[in-house]
Amino acid sequence: MNTFDRLGRWRAPRSRVRTSRARPPRGLLTAGAAVAVLASLLAGSATQAAIRPDHATRHASAAAIGAKRKPPNRIISLSPTATEMLYAIGAGRQVVAVDDDSDYPADAPRTKLSGLEPNVEAIAHYNPDLVVVSYDPEGFVKSLAALGVRVLLEPAATDLAGTYTQIEALGRVTGHAGRAAALVRRMRAEIAVAIAGAPRFSPPETYYFELETDFYSVTSSTYVGQLLKMFGLRNIADAAKGASSGYPQLSDEYIVKADPRIIFLADTICCGQSARTVAARPGWGNVAAVRDGAVVGLNDDIASRWGPRVVDLARDIEAALWRIKRHRGA
Amino acid sequence: MARARLGPWLLVGACLVLAGAALVSVLIGPADLSPGTVLSVLVSKLPLGYHSHVSALDSGIVWQIRAPRVVLGALVGATLAMAGASYQGVFQNPLADPYLLGVAAGAGLGATIAVAAVPGATSWVVDPVPLAAFAGALVAVALTYVLGRSGQRQRTTTSLILAGVAVGSFFTAIQTYTQQRNTPTLEQVYSWILGGLSTADWQEVGLVVPYVVVCGAILLACRRLLDVMAVGDEEADSLGVKAGRVRLLVVAASTLATAAVVAVSGLVGFVGIIVPHTVRLVVGPSYRRILPLSILGGAAFLILADLVARTVLSPAEVPLGVVTAFVGAPFFLVVLRQSRRAS
Repeated sequence: MNTFDRLGRWRAPRSRVRTSRARPPRGLLTAGAAVAVLASLLAGSATQAAIRPDHATRHASAAAIGAKRKPPNRIISLSPTATEMLYAIGAGRQVVAVDDDSDYPADAPRTKLSGLEPNVEAIAHYNPDLVVVSYDPEGFVKSLAALGVRVLLEPAATDLAGTYTQIEALGRVTGHAGRAAALVRRMRAEIAVAIAGAPRFSPPETYYFELETDFYSVTSSTYVGQLLKMFGLRNIADAAKGASSGYPQLSDEYIVKADPRIIFLADTICCGQSARTVAARPGWGNVAAVRDGAVVGLNDDIASRWGPRVVDLARDIEAALWRIKRHRGA
Repeated sequence: MARARLGPWLLVGACLVLAGAALVSVLIGPADLSPGTVLSVLVSKLPLGYHSHVSALDSGIVWQIRAPRVVLGALVGATLAMAGASYQGVFQNPLADPYLLGVAAGAGLGATIAVAAVPGATSWVVDPVPLAAFAGALVAVALTYVLGRSGQRQRTTTSLILAGVAVGSFFTAIQTYTQQRNTPTLEQVYSWILGGLSTADWQEVGLVVPYVVVCGAILLACRRLLDVMAVGDEEADSLGVKAGRVRLLVVAASTLATAAVVAVSGLVGFVGIIVPHTVRLVVGPSYRRILPLSILGGAAFLILADLVARTVLSPAEVPLGVVTAFVGAPFFLVVLRQSRRAS
C-alpha cells in the first residue's frame, strides 16, 4: 500500500524534472503553441514567440513595444534558452538575474530563482522591468503582470523558424533588433553550411536519439528531429506507437530490433551515458551503430535548448557524420 | 493436521502455472520475434550441442534482454510474496507487507543519496545505486527493530510496527528533502523508485539469487514455526517455541531478501499482500502450504504483470507497480468474495 500511495505522490514531480533539462517538454509544446497563437492574435503580430504585453501595451503590436518604451535594463531570464539568446544579441548587460538552470554563458548572473517553480515575490525583489520565461505554471505570468512587470513568454520552439522568431522578438523588446536580425542571418547561413557540407548516405542512415536512459526518444516532427531530417537521416522512433506525441518511449527490445545505424545520446551529462555504457547494455553489442562505432554523444543542454547554440549542434552532427562515413569507408 | 501438508499435486500444479507464465512471457515482446526463433535461441542455450541459426541481434534480444527479465521478475515476485507471507505470519497482521518495517523508505533514501552524491554513476562498472538502496533498506529495518524493542516488556508486535511507521516516515522525509535539493538528478531517482525490470540482465540475476535462495530456505524451514506462532506468543512459548527469536530470524531473512530484490527492481507494491492472501483463501491458513505456494504464485504473478507492463503500451512501458495494483486488486477482491460464498 505504501508504495502505491507513493506512486501517486512521486509521479508528479517527475514530469517537472524532465523540463528542468529544458528539453521541449511534451505537454508544454502544445500548451505553448496554444498560448503563442492566442498571444499573436492579441498582439496582432505574426510572431511565433508569444508576447504577453501588460495592461499598457495590450493592443500594441510586438514591434511597437520596443519602439514605444525605453529598452529594459533590469531583465530577468527564467529560461536557459532565453538567457543564451539575450547574451547572443548583446543584451547581456541589461540582464540582472537568470534562473538556476541558466548555465550558459558562464558570466550570466545565475541565481537561485527557479523557472520551473517560479516565486513571484523572489522575482519582484530584483525589481525587474522585463521577465523572460519559457513556462507559465499556475498563472505565474498573470501574477507578474499584476505587479506591472512586463513579461515575455517564449515557450519551447517547435522548429528553427520558431527560434528565429523568438530571437527577433527579444531583439525588438530589448532594443537590439539589428543585432538580433544579424544573428538570425548568421545562424541560418551556418546551419545551411553544416547541412550542405555533411556527407550523404545511400540508403539513408537510420538513427535512434536517446533523451533518457529509460529510452524516451524524439520523432522527426520534433525540433531536433527536424534538424536531423535535414541531414538526410531516418528516425526509428517515427514508426513507434505513441510517436504522435513527438516524444515516445521506446524499449530496449524495440531499439535493438530496429538495429539503428547511428545512435545519438542526449543523456551524456544527466546520466553519464557514452558509447562504452551503450555497448555494455545487454543485447546491444550487435546493434549496427554499436558495432561500427557510430554512437554519438551530444551535450544534453545544447541538444535540448532551442537557442543560438543549435548551430553548434548542427556542426557536431556534421562532424559526427563525417567520422561515421570515414569509418564505414575504411 | 494432514490437510496442512502440501500435497504433491498442488505443488506440481503451481510449478506448471509458473512454467506456463514464464514461457508465454518469453515468447511475447515489442520486438515481434516468431515463437520458433525464441524457442530456437532458448534450446541452443541448453547443453545439447544444438546451434540456432538465429541472427546475433535476435538472439541477443531473447537471451540478453527478455530471458533475464523473466527470470528476475520471477525472483522479485517470489521474494516479495514470500516475505509478505512471513511478515503476516510473525506479526499476525493481515496488512503486513514486505515494506512494513521501513524497507521501502530506507531503500528509497539510499538510492536518492547515491544518485544525488554521484550523478552519472550508472556508467560505473558497479552501479552504486542498488548497493546504496540495499544498505539503506537494511539500516532502516535495523533501526526499526532497535527502536521498536527498547523500553517495552510486554510481548506485543504493535510497538515494532509503529516504530516501522515512524522510521519509514522519517526516512521518506529526508529522501524528499534530498530530492528537492538536487532537482537535476532526480529523473534517475524517480525511474528507480517507480519500480520495474527494464534494466534486468544476468548480472542482476546473479546478484539477487544468493540472497533469495538462502533466505527462502530459512523461511521455508520456519514454516511450521509460523503455524505455531499463530496461537500467540505466550502459548507458543509454552509449546517450546521462542517466539521472539523466531520473529527476529524471520524478519531478518525476509528483510535481507526484500532489500536485495528492491535494490534491483525498485519498489513494486501490492505483490506481498495480494499473493499470500489469495493463496491463503484458496488453500487454508497453514504456512506449510501458504509459504511454498506464495513463492511459486508470486513468481508467476510478477512475470505476468511485467508482461502486461512491457506490452500494453509497447514499446513504451507502464510502471510495474501500477500493473500489480491495477490487475492485482480486482483479482484479489474476486477471490475474497468467492471464498466468502464458499464458507
